[in-house]
Amino acid sequence: MKPHPTLKKWSRRAFIGAGTVAGGGFLLGVAGFTFAPSRYSLVSADAAEKGQLTTWITITPDNIINILIPHCEMGQGTPTALAMMAAEELEADWTLVRVQEAPALDAYANGYIVRAAGGNYVPAVMARGVDYGAYKLMSWFGFQVTGGSTAVRSTGEYGMRVAGAAAKEMLLAAAAKQWGVSASECVAKGSRVTHAGSKRSATFGELARSAATQPVPTSPALKNADSFTIRRTSPTRLDIPSKVDGSAKYAIDFTTPGMLYAAIEMAPVYGGKLVSVDTAPAEAMPGVKKIVKLDDVVAVVADSFWRARRALAVLKPEFSDAGHGDVSTASIFAAFDTALGAPPEVPKNAAKVVTADYRAPFLAHATMSPMVCAAKVEGDRAEVWTGVQDPLNARSVAAKAAGVPAANVHLTNFLLGGGFGRGLPFNHDYVDLGVRVAKAMSPVPVKTIWSRENDIQRDYYRGAAMSRHAGALDANGVPIAAHSNYAGGGDGESVFMPYAIAAKSAKEKKAAHPIRTGPWRSVLNSQHGFFKESFIDEMAHAAGKDPFEFRRGLLGDQPRFKAALEKAAAMSSWTTPLPPGEGRGIAICESFGSIVAEVVHVAVSAEGRLKVLNVYAAVDCGDVINMDSATAQVEGGIIFALSAALLSEITIKDGRVVEKNFRDYPMIHLADAPKITTAFIRSDAQLGGLGEPGVPPLAPALVNAIHAATGIRVRELPIRKTPLKKA
Amino acid sequence: MVAGSIMDLLELDIRSEDSMAITMTVNGEAHALDVEPEMPLLWALRETLGLTGTKFGCGISACGACTVLMDGRAVRSCTLPMSAANGKTVTTIEGLAQDGALNKLHRVQQAWIAHQVPQCGYCQSGVIMAVAGLLAQIPKPTDDEIDAGITNICRCGTFARMRAAIHDAAEGEGVRS
Repeated sequence: MKPHPTLKKWSRRAFIGAGTVAGGGFLLGVAGFTFAPSRYSLVSADAAEKGQLTTWITITPDNIINILIPHCEMGQGTPTALAMMAAEELEADWTLVRVQEAPALDAYANGYIVRAAGGNYVPAVMARGVDYGAYKLMSWFGFQVTGGSTAVRSTGEYGMRVAGAAAKEMLLAAAAKQWGVSASECVAKGSRVTHAGSKRSATFGELARSAATQPVPTSPALKNADSFTIRRTSPTRLDIPSKVDGSAKYAIDFTTPGMLYAAIEMAPVYGGKLVSVDTAPAEAMPGVKKIVKLDDVVAVVADSFWRARRALAVLKPEFSDAGHGDVSTASIFAAFDTALGAPPEVPKNAAKVVTADYRAPFLAHATMSPMVCAAKVEGDRAEVWTGVQDPLNARSVAAKAAGVPAANVHLTNFLLGGGFGRGLPFNHDYVDLGVRVAKAMSPVPVKTIWSRENDIQRDYYRGAAMSRHAGALDANGVPIAAHSNYAGGGDGESVFMPYAIAAKSAKEKKAAHPIRTGPWRSVLNSQHGFFKESFIDEMAHAAGKDPFEFRRGLLGDQPRFKAALEKAAAMSSWTTPLPPGEGRGIAICESFGSIVAEVVHVAVSAEGRLKVLNVYAAVDCGDVINMDSATAQVEGGIIFALSAALLSEITIKDGRVVEKNFRDYPMIHLADAPKITTAFIRSDAQLGGLGEPGVPPLAPALVNAIHAATGIRVRELPIRKTPLKKA
Repeated sequence: MVAGSIMDLLELDIRSEDSMAITMTVNGEAHALDVEPEMPLLWALRETLGLTGTKFGCGISACGACTVLMDGRAVRSCTLPMSAANGKTVTTIEGLAQDGALNKLHRVQQAWIAHQVPQCGYCQSGVIMAVAGLLAQIPKPTDDEIDAGITNICRCGTFARMRAAIHDAAEGEGVRS
């Protein structure tokens, strides 16, 4: 079989340990070195050296396989997909596979790996692994990130598959020894090992005790894709039943005896400080226990959240503005405009020159669950209950806020009510704040719940950005140059244009502003996808060519891009004429290792009312683990991007965010949701991500469709700012 | 309260704050809650009764994460004062399954699993309750009626699956228009 590209790494650096667990079960653990989402630049350069415990598999005598997942669930179905990868290699019966999620994360973050993985008994051989994993976690404050569309690509490829394959080899060895036959004559399938020659068979559960004593393979053979039976199917997601009966637990649902609730008001200008507040009016109100004054926040702690909010509303805190009181959206874009300067130069011999500016606004994550962190600080210990995309980093944030050693922080991570980047490392201000409030109330546990207003007004916003493009066509309409300058952030991946154009460039022009920004679903690709794929469309029109054919003609040496583009066009019946007032637009972007082409089909009424009818997405992410949840991720990315493209803008005035809630930061509804058709292209590329890559092509495909329908070119998001009624 | 009842006066005396006894039936169980009349139903359900399946999303009735059924109609509980819930029958996501039994899920819940609707899941309790309320009013809604009736926000973008699941659940009703 084709050697797996990372096996060498495993044999050299990974630790695989095994042993029996109480009751005669089998336990196998893998600690390894996973990829960090460096595209976010979230971690230091030595991130690859930071060890992570990757997975644990236990098989109990009743033939149940438990798989521990070191990633959080925020809606992507990651635990299910990762378990599928391990189960595939293990040749498990999928119906007998169970996944441990939150308890594992809890244990993981605390080094109490032992209890989560194997009950209270740990075999000697495993103890070394446990110590190893715990040591690494404790000493490095490692990252346990779910973000950057990396879970399946790193943990799955380099952890789950290896663990599953190793366990299978040990089960085969156990059966062979028991029956006095060669292991190569034994076959594992459906959580059972059979030996055809002697017609003997045993379940994994029956073999578990003996398997645990077999030598641990360090480089187990992985299955060929042709023989997959679990991957590439659509088993139902393991987390969904709890999400339809109300039993799924999010951080906001946590409670503990004696717990109080905090409502907060933060400095409206980021960086501002609490100057003064008369606490007397709130102190007299029912249920209020204390008004906590922090550096930049005033918190009302009460015996119910509603009482805390009611009391907070009567306070009139005064905050400073950190010297940013004159910052506005207009001033930021004026600075961008100045920084961008003259359009980039194009060749003097150009037959036609195309120039355009594009603008993308600040955006909030607006996860459905507002930020929540409950904490209890007592002496040199702290307990924290929250929902984050990185429990280990959150633990170190909590430790710092509590003023206790990280090892003394017990962090329980709950399901996330949406992530989209808000819960990533360095975005854990809500953990910091929750712990600071709890510390002021020590030793009473306090749950700090952000209001939606807090959430919208104190985010790590998707950065506003602006780009200035200049392109040139020769006399035959062939593009000979495409240059851009941009302000507001960018990187090599996000500005990459796959097209064969002789002279291409994208240069950053620095224009600083004090608005706090951070990763937002698809990160920098969300702005630059719009910029670059709008501009290539404008060049196609300037050349008098069909936008699909124009792109296609420039992708001769990019077969994956070309295939995805052709697929999306075919899905949309691109060449079939549409009635007046309707139009199709196309765009293609690569992000997080996946190439996605989208065609958007719109109708614009004579009054300028826009209806998005259809979106067709062709996705090359290498291969797909769970077909249905992969499709759901693409659909979700498209809707997320559509809401933003049509409606969303965070506006800055007097240094503060103007929008407060879903009334002035609206989201699309079911009525606005188009029909989405998704197709996956199987290529031999490495696995790409899926959480984010559906986002970037949507906005440009949409404005390109509006142009096709109306002739109106939208160069600024959100689209609602541009009237679509033809003059 | 019955005006003039001595029992009520005594009760008022021992209540330190401006709360009142609100009686309501939640998921088939009668409750008398000693809470402020202006407290939103959401917080009484979540914090007083511990029914956390109903979610806080916006606090201004804009997103629908807090939707429950009151006397069979979908209401957004984050702005509905307890005084308006007095004497009413409330059903939350925890009580939607027949007899509260997990193996007897409501047809909307079943359709939600069949179509694998939830992603993060946070908004889904509210959406499911809104759909249960819609189907109680309109057993077999058209797409336009679904558009008008379900205005919940879902940030994960599960709308297309919601629509398909609503049609399936409506079919399961066995009512034909």
